Amino acid sequence: MTTVDNGVNVQALLDAREALRSAPEAAQFTWRASAKWQNGVHSTATVEKFFGLGQEQTHKSESVFSADHPEVFAAADQGITPIEYLLVGLASCLTAGVASVAQNRGIQLRSVESTVEGAHDIRGILGVDSDVRNGYNDIKVTFNIDADASKEEIEALVAQSQKRSAVYDALTNPTNITVEVA
Amino acid sequence: MANSWRRERWDSLRLLTPNWLSRLPGHAYDGPDPDGYMTMGEVVEFIEHFAQGIKVRTGVEVTSVGPADSGYQLATSQGPLTARTVVLAGGAYNRATVPPLVLPPQIRQMTPLDYRGPGDLDQAGVLVVGASATGVQLAAEIQRSGRQVTLAVGEHVRLPRLHRGRDVLWWMHESGVWDERWDRIDDLDRARRLPSPQLAGTPERSTLDLNTLTALGVELVGRFALVRDGAALFSGGLRNVCSLADLKMRRLLTAFDEWAGVTAPAEEIAPTAVPPAARLKIDLNRGEIGTVLWATGFRPDYSWLHVPVVDPKGRLRHEGGVVDAPGLYALGLPMLRRRRSSFINGIEDDARAIVDHLAAGL
Repeated sequence: MTTVDNGVNVQALLDAREALRSAPEAAQFTWRASAKWQNGVHSTATVEKFFGLGQEQTHKSESVFSADHPEVFAAADQGITPIEYLLVGLASCLTAGVASVAQNRGIQLRSVESTVEGAHDIRGILGVDSDVRNGYNDIKVTFNIDADASKEEIEALVAQSQKRSAVYDALTNPTNITVEVA
Repeated sequence: MANSWRRERWDSLRLLTPNWLSRLPGHAYDGPDPDGYMTMGEVVEFIEHFAQGIKVRTGVEVTSVGPADSGYQLATSQGPLTARTVVLAGGAYNRATVPPLVLPPQIRQMTPLDYRGPGDLDQAGVLVVGASATGVQLAAEIQRSGRQVTLAVGEHVRLPRLHRGRDVLWWMHESGVWDERWDRIDDLDRARRLPSPQLAGTPERSTLDLNTLTALGVELVGRFALVRDGAALFSGGLRNVCSLADLKMRRLLTAFDEWAGVTAPAEEIAPTAVPPAARLKIDLNRGEIGTVLWATGFRPDYSWLHVPVVDPKGRLRHEGGVVDAPGLYALGLPMLRRRRSSFINGIEDDARAIVDHLAAGL
């Protein structure tokens, strides 16, 4: 018998699920990013600390993200567009889900690749037409997966990864947002 | 007797199980249409027939059950009673579950417990929330009555009425799926919360899935998520809940075929056709929607049960119907002891097991 290893410690996740069933307060996480204006429409965002399992936590290292806009927006293009970060988040969240679900279902993955496309009518953000929304009208994710599994099993992996994806939920369902000036 | 069938169901409802499968101990359907589905009146009659010769006190409302020195103290509409053992068999559908969303005041809100038929509605559009058995049945009926229905679809269980010419519940029954036991199931909590499959008992034995509803003119939207500025906001995840339901249905039908050893291809079932751009928002102040009908599930009512056996989520603590208090039992709840537990057909085996346990304790 070959052992399926996608590098996901599913047992730890299942144990956590069991432990948090009786300790919902430990399941309350707060993710944080802090952003700083650089110049023009260029900003940098830093992510290092978060809260979870009842205490402050720190990533192994701080990550810094540069966000700007492309030259066709008359900007300096010193980083990707903020709305592209949503695609990065969605793709990586779904990919992590595919790997985890595959591990849990005993499916060995050989490669998982995806492309994400967000259809965006920029007349919204430019205020050209008030009927056009600011955000994406539609997002399409296409997975190419090579694994020891049938087509249906692979489709089920992808469906289940959406069902359990934080970013998929954050993008498909409304979220209350409070923005304040400190 | 048969109070909820008599008083708490809409007029057109029929059982989801075919007549031949709606069996009680020593009492089976012997009419001319074994493949049909009983109307509510027929269900009431069926149960009344079964009860002939059994000592039943009818018309007694139990208003309270609490602990007593050696058993339980009951308050009823006909005075107090004491009992050494009590079997809770009031069912799991006593109250309609309605999500805590605040709708504009001119929107009429109904639950399946208030609804009797489309004649109860005005002519405006109806937003039916929930696409399990209740939601799809009411959506179809209301759309056919000439009112525009929008159906908010969350996770659901899709099933064809017939598979290879036989009722899909025949397959559940015969293949052993319905016999899966509560103590052998991976995620019992999930199994007990599983919504009723998209089935309807109609004389035509036809399938009632989202494709049927779309063909009737029903508009599909995603799960009803939030009301903001008077607008209903729906999830953009409609495609995935439909994919999940399609995949699970195919997996189940394939398992039936494997059990039966059939390899010839079955009738092709089209994947759920999801509208390319399902609406994410409907302004509830524009008059398009006059009524919101919450088909968002039911739950049991234990407000009269003064024994600490209900968890914070309102679920009864029991092991296969043996409730977590001496002499207290339950019957007729989803996945109580088997997948068939919440069907009329499931009561016999469950009742025998419970009565054995109960009798051993006397």
